[in-house]
Amino acid sequence: MSLTAEPATDALSRNSAESEPLRERPWLVVWTLCKRELTRFFRQRNRVVGAIGQPIIFWLLFGAGLGPSFRMPQVAGSETAGAPAVSYSEYFFPGTLSLILLFTAIFTTISIIEDRREGFLQSVLTAPISRWSMVLGKLLGGSLIALVQAMIFFALGLTLGLHYSLTMVLAVAAFGLLCAFALTALGFVIAWRMDSTQGFHAVMSVFLMPMWLLSGAFFPGEGLLRWVMAVNPMTYMTAGLRHLVYWNVSDSAALLPPHLPSLTLCLVVTSVTAAGLFALSVRMAAVRTTGDLL
Amino acid sequence: MLPATARVTKFLQGTPSVAFREFRPAEGSCRNLTRQILMSPGSTQQRAVEIASVTHRYGERTALDAVSFDVRAGEIFGLLGPNGGGKTTLFRLVSTLIPLQSGAVRILGHDVARDTHAARRAMGVVFQAPSLDKKLTVAENLVHQCHLYGLAGRMLHERVAEMLARLRLSDRRDDRVETLSGGLRRRVELAKGMLHEPRVLVLDEPSTGLDPGARADLWEYLRLIRKEQGVTILLTTHLLEEADKADRLAILDRGKLVALDTPESLRATVGGDTLALESDDPDALAAGIRERFGYEARRFDDVVRIEQPEGHRLVAQLVEAFPGRIQSVMLGKPTLEDVFIARTGHRFLGEERAPTETKKRRHAG
Repeated sequence: MSLTAEPATDALSRNSAESEPLRERPWLVVWTLCKRELTRFFRQRNRVVGAIGQPIIFWLLFGAGLGPSFRMPQVAGSETAGAPAVSYSEYFFPGTLSLILLFTAIFTTISIIEDRREGFLQSVLTAPISRWSMVLGKLLGGSLIALVQAMIFFALGLTLGLHYSLTMVLAVAAFGLLCAFALTALGFVIAWRMDSTQGFHAVMSVFLMPMWLLSGAFFPGEGLLRWVMAVNPMTYMTAGLRHLVYWNVSDSAALLPPHLPSLTLCLVVTSVTAAGLFALSVRMAAVRTTGDLL
Repeated sequence: MLPATARVTKFLQGTPSVAFREFRPAEGSCRNLTRQILMSPGSTQQRAVEIASVTHRYGERTALDAVSFDVRAGEIFGLLGPNGGGKTTLFRLVSTLIPLQSGAVRILGHDVARDTHAARRAMGVVFQAPSLDKKLTVAENLVHQCHLYGLAGRMLHERVAEMLARLRLSDRRDDRVETLSGGLRRRVELAKGMLHEPRVLVLDEPSTGLDPGARADLWEYLRLIRKEQGVTILLTTHLLEEADKADRLAILDRGKLVALDTPESLRATVGGDTLALESDDPDALAAGIRERFGYEARRFDDVVRIEQPEGHRLVAQLVEAFPGRIQSVMLGKPTLEDVFIARTGHRFLGEERAPTETKKRRHAG
């Protein structure tokens, strides 16, 4: 019953601790919270399977089911007009990548609700740290998880005969990480003030799924729909991935749907979206309210 | 173990601020205490926590009403009150979980509103609701906590190992928290709160959900860190017997500070002995006593209470005066509950308020 295992000595042998006063190390905070996110995720196997399994099933089923009736819209006067240059499985491939990024990013930020409910967040909120480092750690952790899952799926592109190279893989990974960061930040903004995961699922089906459907991931937009897609930031994520998948194809124009935003535009819009949502997340998290407790 | 505990308590009661100074030569860890004194801003060196006219409202409801008191360096200070009395709100304000609405709170002179980081660094916080990540191991939880406070490298590993050994958790270091019992989890929480060697430790209802053995361990540990490192301890409790163990007590009721002193002095204010008479018709009995003896007799449920010196002499007189109307008589020294009743006019329990109560129950589970 004694807790006094080795009391007298350690109180004296603590010189090192006192000569060097503790100070805030924001990047250590970012690293530790990011690492925690990864550890947690990979310890919960069902989450790993759920976040990547569903998009793969989508891809296989829709690829097989919609393949015969899909026809890529062609630019008028193009040489390849009439010939289906791209199968639906191939068209849907970058879309599935963005779906995996969206799903995983969103699911990892849902955990902020659990952090709050299970109490872990309390000790982070009362630690002498800047809120931006807390937010960045959380978002980076979520982004990396999403990226790992997306890259696993990306390997399946071999079955489509895509031309892989190291630079192409790195380019996809880099842009994928940027997309994932923007999406986790979006998830954070939605989840921060929420007190139940049920609420999140509602947002998921009425807001996030339509956002993905209207990103050119599932079908190329035409007519009025194209204007809706133009204001959807996710359009630029999916389009960017579509460009990068054909990194090693010299004449990729024939493989891309018409009116696809340029890669530069995709990069700019996605970066701005990511920066904006990160800033918003930090701003929201910096406000202390009684809502921090539930 | 109990006699020793009792001795310590007795020794400390009544002279807490003196006791703090008297620890210095005896314990051989003057350095910690010296540091504490040196680093505290001049005039406030004896005050570890200052609460100055703090008022807090949740919408219409006033949770805290102009509460002011100081916690002296090196004492174990209890914040006692029934659920809904305002102590959890005060804990949240002190721990910087929620922002102050009015008034001021200072931790070792650091204002929690203006100098939040310094105040946070100066104190360790142990929450009532678990704050551990259940999916991580004990050691992983502690490592993350160290990182949050800027501890890294060899120092981190030394500190974690030391805390694990001290709280007898070394053999569980690689177990996931979800596999631990409630008592063990609370020990990990304590380790987590003390990792950065704070000089003030703030705990919210620390013995909730603990069995008597784990409770005794908790108090042993609190006394140990106070003794060896001069840590000032501020804890909230709704348990009267636990409040009795504190050096000094503040009693909160309905957001107001109703008493502030050592448990002994508080009991002394009630005076004499307490007689509790059980009766079928307590109202009539109370009226009868007031009429016949002129004593202040108060009724709570089916019990009539009287506070009088030399209570034992009264027992026979009362039973003779009201034959058959008194079913049982209990004679005792005043308890903290008597203090509470004397100060507020109502019983300690049975005044719980629904909203905060449901929240507490969830955490307590």
